[in-house]
Amino acid sequence: MKILVCISRTPDTTAKIAFTDNNTKFASDGVQWIINPYDEWYALVRAIELKEKDASVVLHVIHVGGAESEAIIRKALALGGDEAIRVNSEDQDPQVVAHQIAQVAKEGGYSLILTGKETIDHNGSSMGALVAEMLDMNYVALATRLEIEGTLATVHREIEGGEEIVSTPLPLVLSCQKGMAEARIPNMRGIMAARTRPLKVVDAYPFASTTSNEQFTLPPPKAGVKLIPADNPELLVKLLREEAKAL
Amino acid sequence: MPVLVFIEHQDGSIKKQSVEALCYGSAIAQRAGTTLTALVLGTTSADLSALGTYGVNQVMQVNAFTALSDTKAMANAVAQAAGSITADTIVFSNTITGKAVAPRVAVRLGAGLVTGAISLPDTTNGYRIQKNVFSGKALTEILVKSPIRVITLQPNAFEIVHQEGIATVTQHAFDIPASTITVKEVQKSSGTIPLAEAERVISGGRGLKGPEHWGMIEELAQLTGAATACSRAVADAHWRPHHEHVGQTGLAIAPNLYFAVGISGAIQHLAGVNRSKTIVVINKDPEAPFFKAADYGIVGDAFEVMPKIIQAVKELG
Repeated sequence: MKILVCISRTPDTTAKIAFTDNNTKFASDGVQWIINPYDEWYALVRAIELKEKDASVVLHVIHVGGAESEAIIRKALALGGDEAIRVNSEDQDPQVVAHQIAQVAKEGGYSLILTGKETIDHNGSSMGALVAEMLDMNYVALATRLEIEGTLATVHREIEGGEEIVSTPLPLVLSCQKGMAEARIPNMRGIMAARTRPLKVVDAYPFASTTSNEQFTLPPPKAGVKLIPADNPELLVKLLREEAKAL
Repeated sequence: MPVLVFIEHQDGSIKKQSVEALCYGSAIAQRAGTTLTALVLGTTSADLSALGTYGVNQVMQVNAFTALSDTKAMANAVAQAAGSITADTIVFSNTITGKAVAPRVAVRLGAGLVTGAISLPDTTNGYRIQKNVFSGKALTEILVKSPIRVITLQPNAFEIVHQEGIATVTQHAFDIPASTITVKEVQKSSGTIPLAEAERVISGGRGLKGPEHWGMIEELAQLTGAATACSRAVADAHWRPHHEHVGQTGLAIAPNLYFAVGISGAIQHLAGVNRSKTIVVINKDPEAPFFKAADYGIVGDAFEVMPKIIQAVKELG
């Protein structure tokens, strides 16, 4: 079985969010870049676990982005990817990115494609569904557990107010979240091995974008907290009802 | 050209988020001088003609549709419905289902996709919609360049307005290949308000010292019709179930009221809750970072403050 894990590059969760170039670009100065946590902790680690259970599993990692992403791609290889593919495209339109992944997936013949549930920068949660539609595959979102038996996958997934267990044939696209696996740290052997694992760079596949990110803004600052004396919590309840209209 | 809104329903009622999407779709249709159609997949005992009070002209219902866990089949149905009325705007709510189906519909229709919209389209210079990015720490404006657009509306971002009107309900049958996804089991936590949909959320953190002290969180939640939530530390310590965990790695929510007790407000926690309309923080540490993100705060011991708050809410009736 061939598995493809999609990884995105995002600013660290504690990074300061600011913009440059007339608020059209993220200010990346001094920002620590990481693999999008959902992609790494849940999608990638679960794929590694499947590979550890079944030695015939081949695990590839794909990233759509520029050369500056190679550090995070090497980390994915250090954690356990066999091979990585970077599609050299800077486009931010989710459908352009999905098209790149779908093209690589088509050529590679993967039976399982994993993404994180969303990226922590764009928060779109659309990538898995876009790729699935472009490949005419089944898609299950927000998976918390995955077991594979032959060509059949059993997936636990979050639904509103609960959980659902579904079974679906492969090939399959899944978006992964908490529960799928536990985050790992690459060990020295993995880091050494990652240096020599193949990292293939391919040119972007042409695809016309339908959206573009025009202008970032920071949310208006909070007016500041209204502190209520600890001996008068009744006032809080009154303010919540009359002023904030929240009760 | 017409606007189509995808409706989610459960146990005989239309979801509140879908009603918000209808009102949003109605505003777009009115401005464009066109009609609003609602699409309902499957059967429901809800009175669909009453959707007219949210501006719906026509309800298309696909009674025989059962594959409500299959995003491929659902997207197929939505795309066929959109095609049959030549809709150029298709609106979903940015719910679990909306997020999983809308992108597929966008691909099918060659449409531009905006997820998590928080504004009506601004058409003075192109077609621009605002959304939250960086987990609520910034906003961005998306320019949609395609003639057809698929939009998912952020829950709690658009006000529900009532109008006069009755919708006509028509039955449809679409040709859709049989689903290959089988639902084996559904587990629902009953009796409680689902966190993602809650208008009010009462949340507890490590400051509560142990699971045995959650009684006051639950009591306040029950009195105010709120859902209960917790911080990551609390879920990791198994004081509360994981599905109650809000924050960067848990659930991101945007209720009208987020009431945090004994939570310091680490940046990862704030990322999950900073879109809430009103934030209340109770913490005995005046330096807790959460106070900077809060609208109302009490610096004090939760074990002394909370019983008084519960009493005050009770007296309010």
